[in-house]
Amino acid sequence: MTLDQPQVWTIIAALAVGTYFIRWSFLGLLGDRELPEWAVRHLRYTAVAVLPGLIAPFVLWPTATNGETDPTRLIAALVALTVGVWRKSAVGAILSGFGTLYLLQYLT
Amino acid sequence: MKPKQTTSKSAFWAGYRDCTPFLLVACPFALLFGVAATEAGLNILQTMAMTVLVIAGAAQFTALVLLQENAPTLIILVTALAVNLRMAMYSAALVPHLGKASPRMKMLIAYLNIDQTFGLATARYPQETEWTLADRCSYFIGASLAIMPAWVVFSYIGAAFGATIPDAFALDFAMPICFLALIAPALRSLPHVAAAATSVIGALALSWIPFSLGLIIAAFFAMLIGAQTELWLARRKP
Repeated sequence: MTLDQPQVWTIIAALAVGTYFIRWSFLGLLGDRELPEWAVRHLRYTAVAVLPGLIAPFVLWPTATNGETDPTRLIAALVALTVGVWRKSAVGAILSGFGTLYLLQYLT
Repeated sequence: MKPKQTTSKSAFWAGYRDCTPFLLVACPFALLFGVAATEAGLNILQTMAMTVLVIAGAAQFTALVLLQENAPTLIILVTALAVNLRMAMYSAALVPHLGKASPRMKMLIAYLNIDQTFGLATARYPQETEWTLADRCSYFIGASLAIMPAWVVFSYIGAAFGATIPDAFALDFAMPICFLALIAPALRSLPHVAAAATSVIGALALSWIPFSLGLIIAAFFAMLIGAQTELWLARRKP
């Protein structure tokens, strides 16, 4: 796949600067200022609010199968999620997901 | 050698040791990021630039996904930075411990402020009441040096060899699996689950909105639902 090169570099640069600024914000600039409780309460959920919605379409309609729902990938994803939640383990999710995918691909 | 230096040195190695177990998670993630970045069409230089300059796995994967969806630059940046907003909370939480460090030291710590180092440091600092400011800084740097070189090296391995792995290994699945691996351990409380469910349902229901804008709207409501569920749970407790 070919990407728009200037766009890729713009994103890398802006993401680097933006992320660094977020990390530096209170420590380097704003100092000993309490974040209001309501802000912390919302910040706690920012990552978990973005990531699941971002990946759901890719799990349901994979690019590799041109958007056709693929039972093997779907089952492998469900296994990965279940193991990840149950064992609270990211490595467990990765290994069980790929393991299931390869097993199902071998069997079918 | 002055005794103070000795403590800083041992604090450095304490951080290094404490962070080593995280390699088990960071190395596969880095490897798969390298692979997924190549799959998405980034060259090695771009992949490594992103890995070294951004060093935030979840945001890097977010940018990759949206690049593949041909989302506009602004949308990609807003979404990926939203994933990183939690780090403002980290930055604020470090102020009581490291706020008196020199500006240059704080610039360095900011760069090293990732989920793992932050989590370790804020867990350890309250226990180590004897530690000086220099010790606390050394601990943070030690923890970072345990994980970050590996993060960079394994991203490189993934990027360099990802393209040579045959299609039969279904490496397109590297991206979804990494997201699931990031999300699953985070689903530790009812508010987190409620936010995640809102995110999925909202993103699918709003996928007709152009430029991947539906995701941002879904994420906004998911965040509100998470916060509101937390408040609701707190009110229910006597």
